[in-house]
Amino acid sequence: MADQLGTVEGEDYMRKLWIGLTYLVFALLLIAPLGKMVFGAFNEGIGGLTSAILRPEALHALMMTGFIVLTVTLLNTLFGMMMALYLVRGSWMSHSIKRFLNSIVDLPYAVSPVIGGLMIVLMLGPGSIVGAFFEKVGFQIVYAFPGMVIATLFVTFPLMVREVMPVLQEIGAQQEEAASTLGAYGWTTFWRVTWPSIRWAVVYGVVLTVARSLGEFGAVLVVSGNIMNKTQTATTLVYQDVENFNVTSANSVSLVLAVFAVGLLLTMEWAKKRKGVH
Amino acid sequence: MNIILRHKGWTWGFRSTVMLYFVLLVILPLLGVYYHSFSLGFHSLIESLSDPIAWKSVLLTLELAIFSTLINVVVGTMIGWVLVRYQFPGKAFLNSLVDLPFALPTAVGGLMILLLLGPGSLIGSAAESLGFEIVFHQPAIVIAMVFVTFPFVIRAVQPLLEELEPSEEEAARTLGASGPRVFFKVILPSMLPGMISGGMLAFSRAMAEFGAVVLVAGNIPGRTLIASVFIYGEVESDNTAGAAAVSILLLTLSFTVLWLINWVQSKGKTI
Amino acid sequence: MHIEVRNLNKQFGDFKAVNDVSFDIEKGHLIGLLGPSGGGKTSILRMLAGLEHPDSGEIRFHGQLVNAIPPQERGIGFVFQNYALFKHMTVFDNIAFGLKVKKFGKAQLKDRVMELVELTGLKGFEKRYPHQLSGGQRQRVAFARALAPEPQLLLLDEPFAAIDAKIRQELRSWLRELIERVGITSIFVTHDQDEAIEVADEIMIINQGRVEQKGTPWDIYKEPKTPFVATFIGESTVIERGSQLKGFEEEAAQPGTKALIRPEYIEVGLAQEFNLLSVTEEGIVGHLHFRGSEWMVEVQVGEHKLITYRSLEKETLQPGQQVRVLVHRAYLFNEDRSWIAENRLKEDPMPVMI
Repeated sequence: MADQLGTVEGEDYMRKLWIGLTYLVFALLLIAPLGKMVFGAFNEGIGGLTSAILRPEALHALMMTGFIVLTVTLLNTLFGMMMALYLVRGSWMSHSIKRFLNSIVDLPYAVSPVIGGLMIVLMLGPGSIVGAFFEKVGFQIVYAFPGMVIATLFVTFPLMVREVMPVLQEIGAQQEEAASTLGAYGWTTFWRVTWPSIRWAVVYGVVLTVARSLGEFGAVLVVSGNIMNKTQTATTLVYQDVENFNVTSANSVSLVLAVFAVGLLLTMEWAKKRKGVH
Repeated sequence: MNIILRHKGWTWGFRSTVMLYFVLLVILPLLGVYYHSFSLGFHSLIESLSDPIAWKSVLLTLELAIFSTLINVVVGTMIGWVLVRYQFPGKAFLNSLVDLPFALPTAVGGLMILLLLGPGSLIGSAAESLGFEIVFHQPAIVIAMVFVTFPFVIRAVQPLLEELEPSEEEAARTLGASGPRVFFKVILPSMLPGMISGGMLAFSRAMAEFGAVVLVAGNIPGRTLIASVFIYGEVESDNTAGAAAVSILLLTLSFTVLWLINWVQSKGKTI
Repeated sequence: MHIEVRNLNKQFGDFKAVNDVSFDIEKGHLIGLLGPSGGGKTSILRMLAGLEHPDSGEIRFHGQLVNAIPPQERGIGFVFQNYALFKHMTVFDNIAFGLKVKKFGKAQLKDRVMELVELTGLKGFEKRYPHQLSGGQRQRVAFARALAPEPQLLLLDEPFAAIDAKIRQELRSWLRELIERVGITSIFVTHDQDEAIEVADEIMIINQGRVEQKGTPWDIYKEPKTPFVATFIGESTVIERGSQLKGFEEEAAQPGTKALIRPEYIEVGLAQEFNLLSVTEEGIVGHLHFRGSEWMVEVQVGEHKLITYRSLEKETLQPGQQVRVLVHRAYLFNEDRSWIAENRLKEDPMPVMI
């Protein structure tokens, strides 16, 4: 009996140790840096914060980020959803082609954002055939908005596909087949039968895509050239501020981004719960 | 709308648009990098790669990524375990906080680490007085990598632990197995697939990381210059051939890891 | 709807799921496709529905070729194995789906749905969601949904597979009555022979992508056309060398001829119970199982173990007891053909012995 009591006490001790360690990791790795940054933003008082954010270049950078997030999320949500549908349901592709495409979808995960940017410079930059052609027409891709959008599209492409695919696989094709035997064509079937089942996965995918395109840095930095008031985004502005030892300004812009990130985190939690119940 | 969309041409149009989008956005650029590296001849590729700054940066990235992955596998498994098995105040909050590094821009993550550990900071100066340098040195790069890849292992281990039936553990206990024995024989093996696949994802992300690292690394060639920062530098100095050469080395490494993940996962499914 | 299927073929990779299948189904009949899992039944059903495209062959409804017609326009109702109810819609909306697609007016739609709700005994459940229903109720919803747009052909894929054994019986007779009342041509797939025999007017036995036999349950039981059908339907014992059976030495003389014996082909009893003792063989009673209305007797004859039934009225046998066994009839088959043979000795009580 005494022996058993000993193990129970020992387990309780272990429990406290593990929970304590977990809190320690979170505090050191996540909470402390976040807190430090928030305090850093208020280093020079509220005035310092607002003036840093209201700098014309900061406003322009935030606006740029906003436009990129909007365009990228829209495009990748649409195409990602369709890609997922085709990869799971498309009977017009053979199995081996589907498997091949399926493995390629993940590639942007493994590609360093800087390389992603480099690829676009190589393909569409002024030195390339396509880039030179567009330049002649007066349409600039690299070091301009289109290039930045393409770079972000590349980096965020797998997110939506990977969220929607497992849900489609799980619900199976039978409900859709049932709809078709009842006389419903593709579009009706999608809206009335498929969409209600996948919508929370799509919402989750949208949140992830927004988060990633909001925070995209490496690819955009390479493609944009980081030109102030022109192609600078919020994250590349933070980088520039740090390089210029303008820490308070960097903190202020970071704070804005962090607020968005926390908002996204909350949305993520909410979408995850809804996704669980469908 | 319905009648229009029922037309065969629309179906065909949708399919080709999506496929074209995919090919142009993902496949073509990747082939482009490989093409660009080899287009200048095999000789110049070798020359670019034999530059000690170049290959040392890849080697360093590999080293630090492995190191940070190991940290993440250990720490992440522990946290995943604690968050599934124990009830304690603040658990739900911590569970949501896990995803913070995914939601936060990596450049902001880098800045946060720089502020916390940097020269003027409390921890930075304390470490410095002990003769131990963090920021602009390798530990900072590892910390940045760990920060960015923090959620991977946790999120891979958690569902496996939730699926593990308590009866399995109880069965082991009724058969007379002691606590550590149950852990190593029953719990750890069931977490292992998650530890491996989560670890590999973390590794490939760490290899690719740029934003968080560029702010905290000293970028001294051979010592704190990692591959992605090196590539960035080459692009900035208009040496795209050198950048592309290192890129394909890094890409090939990452693709191998990704392929391994797929392989491990498909193997896990058949078991 | 009159259905004609000619030379239907379907291959998945290297696997021939449906192999040169032809059949006709008359209007108003209820047909059961019976066979082992993976035999191609479901593929045939899905091709009839238009959910799968045949590699070759023709499907005609009312004489009209429908191969190129999509499922939406074939005028069929399909009940899926797991019902495939729309889980985010209520019972009412599930049943109304096909009508909404056909742009029924509001009042007309409501009338039709309520009619079906009434018919399927789901009154009071219209507002529920599928996950709030029992298995049997879900199946009724699936029927109602499939019947709502007034299809000409009802296709059912293993309609009772996901239902508790207890209520399965009840649902079978319910379905049978419902289909009779609606008067719709119906085809259902099953791997359960009791189900097929009980519900269907006619059965098609499908194995390895081929139609082995088509006919009424009784015809198929009585005169199986292929060894597969003989073994698949009813209880039986197969004897590797048919010529070892007393009375079948000549009939089964060809090497490789096997004999299939059904319980009712055999009579087992004490010596005094038989008129023609010379026709019987010696056997030893093995296990005895009480089956409520009769005994099931396992009897060892030579090296073969045969199964038969024995009336409770007769003297009760004991395990290990020596008995006489008479094989009245056997289903003989070899590589070339299969046929039913009567015991020769019975027909000719005094064989000429030279």
